[in-house]
Amino acid sequence: MKKTIGLFAAGALVLALSACGGAAPAGTGGGAKSLDQLVVGFAQVGAESGWRTANTKDIQAAFADAKIKLQFSDAQQKQENQIKAIRSYIQQKVDYIAFSPVVQTGWDAVLNEAKAANIPVVLTDRAVDSKDTSLYKTFLGSDFVLEGKKAGEWLLADAKGASAPVNVIQLEGTTGSAPAIDRATGFADAIKADTNIKVVASQTGDFTRAGGKQVAEALLKSHPEATVIYAHNDDMGLGAIEAIEAAGKVPGKDIKIITVDAVHDGMQALADGKINFIVECSPLLGKQLIEIITKLNAGETVPARIVTEEGTFTQEQAKAALPNRKY
Amino acid sequence: MKQYVGRAFTHRLFWPVAMLVALLAINVIAVPGFLVITVNAQGHLFGSVIDIVRNGAPTLIIAVGMTLVIATRGIDLSVGSVCAIAGAVACSIILGSPNPDDPVVVGIAVLAAIGLSLLMGLWNGFLVAVLGIQPIIATLILMTAGRGIAMLITEGNILTVESAPFKFLGSGFLLGIPVATIIGAVIITVAALLTRRTALGLLIESVGINPEASRQAGVRARGLLFTVYAFCAVLAAIAGLILTSNQTAADANNTGLFIELDAILAVVLGGTSLNGGRYSLAGTLVGALVIQTLVTTVYTVGIPPIATMVFKAAVVTAVCLLQSETTTAAFARWRRRSVARKPVTEAVVSQ
Repeated sequence: MKKTIGLFAAGALVLALSACGGAAPAGTGGGAKSLDQLVVGFAQVGAESGWRTANTKDIQAAFADAKIKLQFSDAQQKQENQIKAIRSYIQQKVDYIAFSPVVQTGWDAVLNEAKAANIPVVLTDRAVDSKDTSLYKTFLGSDFVLEGKKAGEWLLADAKGASAPVNVIQLEGTTGSAPAIDRATGFADAIKADTNIKVVASQTGDFTRAGGKQVAEALLKSHPEATVIYAHNDDMGLGAIEAIEAAGKVPGKDIKIITVDAVHDGMQALADGKINFIVECSPLLGKQLIEIITKLNAGETVPARIVTEEGTFTQEQAKAALPNRKY
Repeated sequence: MKQYVGRAFTHRLFWPVAMLVALLAINVIAVPGFLVITVNAQGHLFGSVIDIVRNGAPTLIIAVGMTLVIATRGIDLSVGSVCAIAGAVACSIILGSPNPDDPVVVGIAVLAAIGLSLLMGLWNGFLVAVLGIQPIIATLILMTAGRGIAMLITEGNILTVESAPFKFLGSGFLLGIPVATIIGAVIITVAALLTRRTALGLLIESVGINPEASRQAGVRARGLLFTVYAFCAVLAAIAGLILTSNQTAADANNTGLFIELDAILAVVLGGTSLNGGRYSLAGTLVGALVIQTLVTTVYTVGIPPIATMVFKAAVVTAVCLLQSETTTAAFARWRRRSVARKPVTEAVVSQ
């Protein structure tokens, strides 16, 4: 009996303590720290693509510029590594944690630990699938649906007044991944406005150059009526260029290509006239991440969803932008 | 005539070949010009069939090595990682040289990649033949560690190479035929000649059936195992170079990912038992073609990406069920019954 009372007492004490911790706004307890005293832990996915490497470099450079101490870890695409990294940041009592979740689910436990330790969390690039939105302050990343929409809108404008039907081959990203689903949705929504435009075939090229090439080879043969290829990333678009050339057609003229990402090789192909339009999916999140942390540190609130600033490129814009691109 | 039909039904390659023909038929129905091969503006052969034999070459090359390993009652799970390592080594050498378009540089890069892979194969052979570790465990070590090694070589980046001679390996054409296909054809022919025109194949099979008995009969099992694993790793390296060349980039994470499973599947579809012993390189060739045709069929017929895996599983299950021993026995019984009704034909069959 005594034991039970003891447990109750302990429980009440814990509740009181955590309530107390919750009351004080994160990071501002005892007066805001100046930026150069801050320590931020960043748990990166890995270095699986050129895009990701550019993302890492930009974040590291932005923190160096802002003179905020950055603890960086690379999870090599494994959730367990990322959870370990976040736990170690909690133990080190960093001021903020930012991370790009490898997968969407399974974060509640570790994010609750961070919340209990009063460390605000910022998600970058990818979202988590959790009902409890109090687990993180904001999600900074691209709006993939919007990217698909921008791609579709360019095609709408390009195909305006075309007499012949415009048949599109879609090269999807990895089946089931958020960018693949959302970029397809946004594109489909946009082209609804013109009944002349139709997606005649849609297959996954797994976001890789070899995948895009192999799928485009087969689809160009089974759908000779297609005149547009919409690829969910530059790499698959680059693979499609090779397939089109092998088929004796001219990429960018006989078959128009629209892609998403704007990595260096894609921009080069765009400037060379082999791709017609690229929707940017910017990895340069560093500056916006610093802004978020500065705001949180000053005790201000930030919106729960912040969309990355990104644009689109036509062939002329690519020629102009290419020399100054960071990735 | 009748006896040939009967024999064909029980031949172990009957069902895989039937499946290949069926898949091709589905494609022809979906796209009437599927089998048409033309010569394009650059003088290259062009057509879906050419795509199949070109894109299927890496799987075939690895499957040839895998066939011999499986014949010794082994398995090599590390081939995918060896692919990644070979690609990483070659690309980092080419990128590190001032003149990536120099054929000599590319030659050195290719030889270095193959040389390193040979060491990996010898390592696998050492674990299996000398330490006596079960092959699935021994090669699992390199399968997991290998991608890490590849990551170290590429420093975690994707290395994109612009090198005309290197690109030739994966996307080039020689006399109108894809280079990858030529490499694949040469490898399977050489492997078949080496093992079937000499006693080598027989010795490999004997080690697979009973290692101890073959040792007592004077077969040097240890040396054979070393050779087979090293050979498999070298073939994996060649396949990895073709894959890397085709995507013009070394990707430590994804090059050759799950290709070990495709290769094992090609071997099994071709009728070689995982229990070791008798093997069939012709079967492996058919198996590899079935796998690649299956991939192309998914695109041509327009199977939605979310259903792709289910479709592939269904086809593979069908082939495995059809060529299982029980099914074969059932067909043999059916054949005997139909033959028994016509005693004349039976006499011919028994000859």
